[in-house]
Amino acid sequence: MKYIDEYRDGDVARRVGEQIHAEAHSDRQYSFMEFCGGHTHAISRYGVTELLPDNVRMVHGPGCPVCVLPIGRIDLAIRLALEHDVMLCTYGDTLRVPASDGLSLTRAKARGADIRMVYSVADALALARAHPGRQVVFFAIGFETTTPPTAVAIAQAAREGLKNFSVLCCHVLTPAAITHILESPEVQQYGTVPLDGFIGPAHVSIIIGYQPYVAFAEGYRKPVVISGFEPLDVIQSILMLVRQVNEGRAEVENEFIRAVDRHGNTKAQALMDQVFEMRPSFEWRGLGEVPSSALAIRPAYAEFDAEHRFGLHYQSVPDNKACECGAILRGVKRPTDCKIFGTVCTPENPVGSCMVSSEGACAAHYTYGRFRDIPVVTA
Amino acid sequence: MNARDTTPPGNTDMSDPKRHYVRPLDVKHGRVDMGHGAGGRAAAQLIRDIFLAAFDNPYLRQGDDGALLPAPGPGRLVMATDAHVVSPLFFPGGDLGCLSVHGTINDVAMMGARPLYLSASFILEEGFALAELQRIVQSMARAAQEAGVPIVTGDTKVVEKGKGDGLFISTTGVGVVPDGVALSGAHARVGDAVLLSGTIGDHGVAVLSQRESLSFGTSVVSDTAALHTLVDALLRAAPGALRTLRDPTRGGLATTLNEIAQQSSVGIRLDEAQIPIAAQVEAACELLGLDPLYVANEGKLIAICAPEAADTLLATLRAHPLGARAARIGTVTQDAHHFVQMNTRFGGKRVVDWLSGEQLPRIC
Repeated sequence: MKYIDEYRDGDVARRVGEQIHAEAHSDRQYSFMEFCGGHTHAISRYGVTELLPDNVRMVHGPGCPVCVLPIGRIDLAIRLALEHDVMLCTYGDTLRVPASDGLSLTRAKARGADIRMVYSVADALALARAHPGRQVVFFAIGFETTTPPTAVAIAQAAREGLKNFSVLCCHVLTPAAITHILESPEVQQYGTVPLDGFIGPAHVSIIIGYQPYVAFAEGYRKPVVISGFEPLDVIQSILMLVRQVNEGRAEVENEFIRAVDRHGNTKAQALMDQVFEMRPSFEWRGLGEVPSSALAIRPAYAEFDAEHRFGLHYQSVPDNKACECGAILRGVKRPTDCKIFGTVCTPENPVGSCMVSSEGACAAHYTYGRFRDIPVVTA
Repeated sequence: MNARDTTPPGNTDMSDPKRHYVRPLDVKHGRVDMGHGAGGRAAAQLIRDIFLAAFDNPYLRQGDDGALLPAPGPGRLVMATDAHVVSPLFFPGGDLGCLSVHGTINDVAMMGARPLYLSASFILEEGFALAELQRIVQSMARAAQEAGVPIVTGDTKVVEKGKGDGLFISTTGVGVVPDGVALSGAHARVGDAVLLSGTIGDHGVAVLSQRESLSFGTSVVSDTAALHTLVDALLRAAPGALRTLRDPTRGGLATTLNEIAQQSSVGIRLDEAQIPIAAQVEAACELLGLDPLYVANEGKLIAICAPEAADTLLATLRAHPLGARAARIGTVTQDAHHFVQMNTRFGGKRVVDWLSGEQLPRIC
């Protein structure tokens, strides 16, 4: 398939892999964090790590929109659907995220809640138009990639004067999360998370450009390579990171030049700014409260803010004690370090959010990579 | 359609004067109502004008509680049943009707059997348009006729509006396996070849393309088809070399291979580059964030066979119109954990796992 096969070419991948083997110094370790779940997914699905030398290790980052959603936020959505009788529209991968009282959106649906999976916020808007007698709420999650469409929908609803459409806004911001990881005690003091550089976001960077990462590269002396989500993008970016480390550089480089430029999509940014404002603080799963890391709907659009319309109050809910999602999201632990990985916590019965979305570190390892943990005898 | 109180179609002579007093069924504008399920005159009329008219055959015409069938000759009986609940009811390349015939014929055929008879039961939702019902029933009749497998008995029930999704069809098939043929998901052996009869994902993508929230333009059509003639060709080409036949329907190729690995206590190693997939299906899956390995097929089979017969059987598949794009996609391996693994086109390795829950699109 054109525009796809070129980025999955096995021969090219092998050559880049050989180049990494040749250039990575055998006397040192390289640890790179891929920020986005999209990268985690590509690495696992295509077996990218098979092509890397043993001393180049990839650490999964927190950039899986579903994984960083705290239990309390899912609880809000469930409450809306069960107690306020709204038609709750959501992206598919939030459906199975475990919430309080053994519930999830899927289980709430089985109890009679009206929960609809949509591919786009535009579908939610269309449902609101088609059901004027029902309150329709869009459960808006995701990083800067999914934020502009939500802004478009709210602006559109305002123009049409829709009285039955609102948004439960849980949009979060990438740069704040990266800063939080770089400022975390594990990285700063204990050195338990060795981080030599970042694979920078693909789709997020299309919106925000690569300028916002310059501060990390310079301030924290960490190389960043903005990378597309195809496996060749990822392996090429790993080579670029190895080179930066070897040459003692800490810059922002852009591997994803076919889509990302310095300033990003300024129109989308202006629209986001028109509809959203910064929340002083927001709870992330795994990272805890992170200041200035998420967006709320501006007062001018308050009637489209589900938290405002239904008088919702956020309540923090602690994670299951045995669950290591927090440490895994911060890169401190690997999925297999978690005691309940693959035994109590499986994709069928996820305890932690990292096991839910296929982008989650645990689900990706369980689904695509667990054969590496177990010696397999091949005929 | 145990239509004791109805006249078989074709019998419209003067010995049945009451027919002139019966208001004809308004198929064009009419809808299913509770009366069609009450067992009275309306039910009899529905059965006669829609079902008997389409499926007509001597067994059905007996009009008794069950169909009286000749006992088949030597061999063993195979029986399989399948409920069909597809939404939407009509999709490019087929509809619920032909799907319900093909699905059950294929289940019988995967046992190495020659399918002989089908039964069909219908759960109709109050308010369902008779015109749509007729279209679906006629499509079933066509599929059964083309396959040479008559629908010999059936049943109809009506549920109140809101308690069904328009129409559910459940079919059961009976067939005969010749002596000497013993196919099972438990028979795969280490070293066996894994063959696939054609491209994956066509049915699932064709259905998805019609969902109201998602309609997208595509020329992908469902692969729904009865595979018993293909099975017959395989059994003739290399009797004894076939171990397992299975049609990868719900859950797709990945799920079916995991079932076989589990049942046979083996592993399976796939070669991604060999798995046939239509460019349009691949593109749609990219767009929707789906993995085609998990997308449903309705006219494909997986054949696991002794390695020395693989070339012969592959040639047999390719010589049949339903197997033109057949390929050898992998090998059965020894693996205590029964993993299905895949060498990716990219040059890496991965597990091809069971599907967990529904396949949900990713947003990132």
